[in-house]
Formats: sequence, structure tokens, C-alpha cells
Amino acid sequence: MSNINGTILSVDGLKTYFHTEDGVVKAVDGISFELKKGETLGIVGESGSGKSVTNLSVMRLIQQPPGEIAGGSVVFDGIDVLALPIDEVRKIRGRRIAMIFQDPMTSLNPFLKISKQLMEVTELHLGHTKQQAREHALKMLKLVGIPDAEKRLDEYPHEFSGGMRQRVMIAMALSCDPELLIADEPTTALDVTIQAQILELIRDLKARMGTSVILITHDLGVVAGMTDKIIVMYAGKVFEQAPTSELFASPANPYTKGLLRSVPDPAHEQGQPLYQIPGLPPDVAHLPPGCPFAERCDRAEDICRLEFPPFVEVSEGHHSLCHFAAEVFQSSAAAADKSTD
Amino acid sequence: MSETDGNNLISIQDLQVHYRSGGGLFSAAKTVKAVDGVSLDIKKGETLGLVGESGCGKSTLGKAILRLTEPTGGEIEYDGKSLRMLSRSAMREQRKHLQMVFQDPYASLNPRMTVGNIIGEPIRTFGLSNGSVEQRVQELMETVGLSRRFVKRYPHEFSGGQRQRIGIARALAVDPEFIVADEPISALDVSIQAQIMNLLERLQAEKHLTYLFISHDLRAVRHLSDRVAVMYLGRIVELADGRDIYREPLMPYTKALISAVPLPDPELEAKRERIILKGDVPSPIDPPKGCHFNTRCPYAIPECSVVSPKLVRIKPRHYAACIRIDADNPNIEENAASGLGVLSA
Repeated sequence: MSNINGTILSVDGLKTYFHTEDGVVKAVDGISFELKKGETLGIVGESGSGKSVTNLSVMRLIQQPPGEIAGGSVVFDGIDVLALPIDEVRKIRGRRIAMIFQDPMTSLNPFLKISKQLMEVTELHLGHTKQQAREHALKMLKLVGIPDAEKRLDEYPHEFSGGMRQRVMIAMALSCDPELLIADEPTTALDVTIQAQILELIRDLKARMGTSVILITHDLGVVAGMTDKIIVMYAGKVFEQAPTSELFASPANPYTKGLLRSVPDPAHEQGQPLYQIPGLPPDVAHLPPGCPFAERCDRAEDICRLEFPPFVEVSEGHHSLCHFAAEVFQSSAAAADKSTD
Repeated sequence: MSETDGNNLISIQDLQVHYRSGGGLFSAAKTVKAVDGVSLDIKKGETLGLVGESGCGKSTLGKAILRLTEPTGGEIEYDGKSLRMLSRSAMREQRKHLQMVFQDPYASLNPRMTVGNIIGEPIRTFGLSNGSVEQRVQELMETVGLSRRFVKRYPHEFSGGQRQRIGIARALAVDPEFIVADEPISALDVSIQAQIMNLLERLQAEKHLTYLFISHDLRAVRHLSDRVAVMYLGRIVELADGRDIYREPLMPYTKALISAVPLPDPELEAKRERIILKGDVPSPIDPPKGCHFNTRCPYAIPECSVVSPKLVRIKPRHYAACIRIDADNPNIEENAASGLGVLSA
């Protein structure tokens, strides 16, 4: 199904802009990444960083106007998604690329039984008969661990708890055996014990079905245990991109470093103030000329406020958008060496 | 729970908040025991963390202590005075000392009032200002890290983190002794959460505040709290110093909660053993009989669905509510492995 080098999705220089009364908001401004078959990519960022818009763009779900895909390319399994007629995109969506969202209640139709909603997908995409579709729906509910699936198949969304609804969403997303699953904050609305169940389910299904996954989240803990590589976004830009273990061990961007340090560590003694990144995220409609993070950065110098930083490769597959990327990387790497001694 | 040294600012005994729910032509109303007999002491100057999943009653408990939700039973004392039977107006007078910070700083700020008026209102209401209210408002804004230039702005002009600062300034306006902070950081971005936690800690040190910090985020609770209470379906199931509850949790539920928090460290994540609980939190309308946790507990025995465990002292300053552990046998895994049945009932 994939092309020769095993790349399932390749995004190059993607730009998604929104034309608002307040000016042009460059929600995503030149993002590139590649996802290999079977890989899991984490996209981390705070609100307004562009992490969700990136994936809505990949799926061609940006409303135009006010939105506009202003540049770049999205190639899914050799297909130029941005050049396809929208009818063709619809055939890919739900069948070969599936999405799950943060709030399963708003993505399920409250008036339709779960069975109907699950069956619709395979009737449409796989040409199932009613009988086949129903059998398949039941199989999927069992697969995602819904107890008493025969009975629950004919219930309505409100009869399910938050965690169970998210399982239904996952069942629906996976029912056509997609090659790519995009999960946008799939566990943010859930309690921690339920989050652990859902993450375990995604991990398990991924291993069994070999699906490639893009996991979008604000929680560094969630991506740490789930992904092969990570993109850190800030103000519509990729600030850092690295294999997961390397990103955590030796971050090469002051923003990533700050994020990692501002998570309270339960193992540490109490009484120490938490590291905090000062200030607020910038207004994406009115970005300063230099680095968008300069104002909050403890490493910033004059050049950061004047010149947009370069995207530096600090080691293989590890890039950082920073004037001092190499220096930051080396100091992180040195600190990591020391702590493992 | 009185292993505290008599310095209790807040002391609650057997507090209950029961609601009637449902009930119609063909069905009888049911009683929801949102808070089901909670006893806790909060020492002057400490932060007591209250942690639990949604629907466990932690917010209701916080509100009930301030009587923003009326308790249906039990006792609340503030600084030795009983609050429970105070008249509405007498209670309102006490709110000078007892304040609350809410989760959603947008819903809890009047969108038609300027920031200056929002923060100034309690000062005027209680007639607290010696000098000008405006000056006091500006001082408060600086205290919480807001520029005094913003005094004439409206809530919608601020980011989530700034709005939370406004909510904190409003709570501080009456110079309270005790603040219930109900999920004050959960609606905020990661980089802003750290700012608000540091602000709360700094204010506590400067103003000798006592906090009840309510959160579902164990990392935040651990960071801010001296002691931590774990709540499950209306009851406190474990109470200990913050460090102990992390290093040596006793209750199976607490262990599962701690192991469910994803760690921002890929190596640890790969190595750690997760306890994945089965099923959802049961509905508080019809909680399981006996120990509320017995339906999800890996160590449950038949007695667990009969006996309601009491919160008892297992170790110094460490309390747990489980019939399968006691002071002589505090380790639930060992007790389960050795086949120990009911150890104390």
C-alpha cells in the first residue's frame, strides 16, 4: 500500500492561513514532516500553536473562507491530497485516513443508535450490506473492549460514559482498517484512569493492525510513552522535531526545554518553585519580526528579536528552530550525560 | 484525623451533601451522596490537596466547606467557630475569611464588569478599604502579576491565565485566611499552569494563607500540597503527607491513580508497570455497596461489597480506608498473596 521507502504521509512546507478582521492569522506557517508506515508521530503544542489546524489541513477540513491552504504539499501514499477534487478526498477520509477528536459526544450523532453510526461507515466505504455492516460493527465494538457489545450496539451515545464513547469513536475510526489514524487530544476530556485505558487500547490496536498514528496533545507525558518521534509547535511553526527519546533526553530548543521543566515531577522534593516560562503566547495575527518565542526565552539575545531563526539540524533527524540550537543541544546533552553517570 | 497539633484552621466532621435526584411519575427519587461523611482537619498555613476523578465529589466538598453548597449533615468549624448553623448573613460575614478560586475563570467573572470593578466589589461590599478602593485594586493587580494599566478592561480581553489571576486577585481582595482553589489550573496551558502554581505558592508564603487545593492532576497536587486526601465516590479513601502518598501509597485506588499518570520520560514510561483499572467510575446515584471501589479493585474479596471501610490510621500521619489493610499488615499485595481475609472490620 505504501510507496517504496515506506513513507505513508509526507507534508512539505504546509501553510494554512485564516483571513480575519484582525489581519491574516498564519495558524500553520511552513510545516514539514514525514511519517513512515507503522510509525507514531506526536505533535505537541499549547492552544493556538497550530497543532490541530495542521491535521485538519491534511484532511482538507479547513473551511474556506476564512481559511486557506496558502502553500505547501500533502502527499498521502503517493497521492497529492491538496490537488484532489473534494469528492476524491472524501473517499480517502474515513477509509484510509481516520480521525478521532477530543470530545466524542460532539462527534457522535445523539439521535442515532451506535449501530447505525458504525454501520454507515462500512456501508459507504466498503460497500457492506446491512447484515455485513452490523456484524462488522459488533466485531469492532468487541475489539475496542466494550463489554456486553451485542446489547450496547443498539444504544444511543448518551447511554455511554465518556471513556466508552471514546472507545466507540475509535471503533468507528478503525472500522475500515485505515492506514493512518489521526488522534487529536483523544484523552484530554477523560479522567486519568480512563485515559490510561484508552492509551493502552491505542497502543495495542496499533501493534495488532500496524496503523500509522499521529497523536496530537498538549501533554508531554502522553507522547513520551506512545510515540516514535515528536514535533513541538509554537505560534504556527515547528520549533523542534526529533526522535522521542532524544527530544526528552537532549532538547535543542529553549521552548521545549522550558515545557519539560515546567511539568511538576512527583519524585522531586517539595518546596522548590516550579520552573516557569514567563509571559504569554504571542498573538499569531501580530507576530514580531524575529523569533516568536524571543520575548519569553531565557536564552534570547538581540538577534532573536530582529531575525527569524534558522531551522538547524543538530543531529540526525533532530531539528530546532533557534539561533542557538547547537549550543542549547550541547548543554542539554552534557546535562543528560552527567545525570546518567 | 486529628494527628495535627491543635492548630486547625478548618475542621470538618462527618460532612454530608446528599441530593435528591430524578423521581417522576413512575420512578422513585434517588439520593445522590455527593459527599458521604467526610472528616478532615486543615492546619493553619498548610495546603491540603484533594484529588479524585470527575464525579467523586471533590468540588462539592470544597463548596460545602464554604457553604456555597449547603451541607445536609455534619459539622464545619473555622478557627474553632461552627459555621454550619450560622444564618445566611452571618455566613456572608465569614466569607471575608473564606474565599474560593474557580476552575473556569471566564464563567466565574462577570463579563460586563471591568477588572477594576470585579476586584473592587468585595472590598466595597465588606467596607474593607481604609484608603481608596482604586489604590487597593491596583495593589492587588500587581500582587498577582497583572499590569495596573488593565484596570478598565473587561474579562474577554484577557487570556485564560490572566483571567485566573483576576479570579485570584478577587479572592485576595478581602484578605482571607483560607482559600478553596477548585481546579484552578486545569483549563490552562502547560506553560501557564506553572505560573499560576508559583503564584499560589508565593501568595501563601507572603500572606500566610491556608489552601484546600482541589485537582484531578496528581502532579500538580503533589507539587503544591503538604498533605493529600484522595477521594472516591463521596468518601476520603486515603490521607497522607504528599511525599508518602507518592512513595508509599497504601490504597489500590491511589496506586492505580498514580500509575495512570503518564510521565514525561520515555525510558521510565517503557519500564514502569501500569495498573490499568477495569471499567468506569460507577455512578454516584447508585454506588456499589460496601467499599465503593470494590467493583474495580483487583484485591476485592466478598466482604468488600458488604463492609464500608472506615478511614483508619495505618502508619504515623497516614490513613487509609480498606478492610484488607491495617497497621500490622499495611501492604495490600502481600495481604492478598498470603490469602489474608478480613483483617479488621
